[in-house]
Amino acid sequence: MNTQQQQSDTLVQITDLRFKRGSKVIFDGINMQIPRGKITTIMGPSGTGKTTLLKIIGGQLKPSTGSVQVDGLEVPKLRRRDLYTLRKRMGMLFQSGALLTDITVFDNVAFPLREHTDLPERLIRHLVLMRLQAVGLRGSRDLYPAELSGGMARRVALARALMLDPMMILYDEPFTGQDPISMGVLLELIKTVNAALNLTSLIVSHDLAEAMSISDYVVIISNGKVIAADSPKALRESESQWVQQFLNGLPDGPVPFQAAAPDYATDLFDFEQRS
Amino acid sequence: MNSRTTEILVGLFMLLFLGAMTILALKVSNLTSLSGANGYQVSANFDNVGGLRVRAPVSAGGVKVGQVSQIIYDSETFEAKVTLTIDEEFNQFPTDTSASIYTAGLLGEQYIGLEPGADDEVLEQNSEIGLTQSALVLERLIGQVLLNK
Amino acid sequence: MIDFLARSGRRYLDALASLGRASAFLVQLLGALPSLFTRFSLVIKQLFSSGVMTLSIILVSGLFVGMVLALQGYNTLIGFGAEESLGIFVAKVLVRELGPVVTGLLFAGRAGSAMTAEIGLMKATEQLSGLEMMAVDPFKRVYAPRFIAGFFALPALAAMFSAIGVLGGHLVGVELLGVDAGAYWSQMQAAVEFREDVLSGLIKAVVFGFVVCWIAIFQGADCVPTSEGVSSATTRTVVYSCLMVLGLDFLLTAIMFSV
Repeated sequence: MNTQQQQSDTLVQITDLRFKRGSKVIFDGINMQIPRGKITTIMGPSGTGKTTLLKIIGGQLKPSTGSVQVDGLEVPKLRRRDLYTLRKRMGMLFQSGALLTDITVFDNVAFPLREHTDLPERLIRHLVLMRLQAVGLRGSRDLYPAELSGGMARRVALARALMLDPMMILYDEPFTGQDPISMGVLLELIKTVNAALNLTSLIVSHDLAEAMSISDYVVIISNGKVIAADSPKALRESESQWVQQFLNGLPDGPVPFQAAAPDYATDLFDFEQRS
Repeated sequence: MNSRTTEILVGLFMLLFLGAMTILALKVSNLTSLSGANGYQVSANFDNVGGLRVRAPVSAGGVKVGQVSQIIYDSETFEAKVTLTIDEEFNQFPTDTSASIYTAGLLGEQYIGLEPGADDEVLEQNSEIGLTQSALVLERLIGQVLLNK
Repeated sequence: MIDFLARSGRRYLDALASLGRASAFLVQLLGALPSLFTRFSLVIKQLFSSGVMTLSIILVSGLFVGMVLALQGYNTLIGFGAEESLGIFVAKVLVRELGPVVTGLLFAGRAGSAMTAEIGLMKATEQLSGLEMMAVDPFKRVYAPRFIAGFFALPALAAMFSAIGVLGGHLVGVELLGVDAGAYWSQMQAAVEFREDVLSGLIKAVVFGFVVCWIAIFQGADCVPTSEGVSSATTRTVVYSCLMVLGLDFLLTAIMFSV
């Protein structure tokens, strides 16, 4: 059964996922398939728990109920050792880059290799410089993370995530707060890396245009539910009011402009009556 | 920070630690004389030991030759029985050596002074010193002065 | 009133829960220690930041504390004509009490707070999550080296504090106030026991090192990952460490020196 699933087109399979933080329901029964070898983007308004979803897929958080399978493995039920083996095959790119601040760019990129392998230093140097060349930062290898711009830090983090030749890379808000040039660089990198290394990319973002432009598949989440999941083209032609509101950035629609409140007139009137 | 500099400074830190421990062990406390506790033991009975305490020095001619290792009350002789540990190297005390309790200064610590005799035989493990002179007890001394007046 | 009761009740429950988390954390931390045998260089790096960086404040404070002790002790002892015993006074106070305790307090303020802030910052900038996602265990890579280094550094610093304090006492007592140098050192040597005084002082320092590092690392790892959370965790580290050092000192003194 395992081998069958490994050959299937779906790399990540999420079934009826529920997650609560305190008394707040973040996910209320989510179903999702993430296809192998493609770029998938998960979108949704701020505060819908997109980053939480990444952490659940990476096994850092456990869902209340439901199943999360990555490459046929049930992530929440994995033992620590197996989880770590799985994580070596997953790269994750954090919003801030999450580089270790006390070592240089070179050492950061070399870090996974030095932790997990016993390769000779010469070989490590080769491998690191290859990855740094790929993200265009070979010349910055002796800088410390504090000396990098946000976009450069993310590129270094990408080089680091690629170090162990993963099967999948998770991107947490890769486009937030980037100027147009570094945005373009990142878009191009994600695309080429995905194609060249035959990876599966999972992007969490609310930068609509950029995400739509590189994704093969888009999932929109809101209020703990999956609203729509389809290719970007199909979504643009969708008749759902909700999807149209989100894609076009309309201020009012199924997601109301006003927070839930008593009727406006009664609210005002009540006060005048009392005083 | 260069990792080599770090290593050197940490090495220096360890040296300082060793230095501090040496000062504490040799200069501040008396680790050497404690480790030299392998001596022989002799006992002496005193009428009154005054303020003598365990680990008080035992000296001969003003030089420290050992220390008091035990003080008990002997309920058969009604005297205080003091066990002295004398360092191995000083094994030539004649058997008629006398032991007295002295005070270093007016209010200082009390110690035992040994006065060697002239006998041919020497003190050995578990020998007993017969000639003893008790501690000078101030109240008793004052009493004597008053009575003799 | 009910509200007040409910609130204070919740605070006690919160404190209890955090104690529970801290204990579980300690178990995991101790479990990660054996992995350090293969990467001792990590410990050396941490020995630098918790030991060497704290050295200057320890040496300067130790010197001054020793000098003050000599001054105060001299003024008291001379009333009994016993100023020759100054060495005993300075050494016993330093070795038994002030060495370990003041070092513990200074260590909590200097190295403990730095540990909490560093780990908290790593958490806030997702470095810890990043390590986990690279299949690197933060307990082995981040917490355990800091724990071992601090656990070792505190007793070492306490020994240096006591040693330099005794020298400071010599400086004031002998050089300045004119106590006989021979009396200062020989009386000290006769009265201070290595096992009873020096070793029990060191045992205290070992216990303080354990507790301060535990608190500091746990507070860093458990903090709310924002700049506000990190700063309040740092404050908590210093406050809790100081209270624990003083409280444990009383307990240990009662156990060790009450005959």
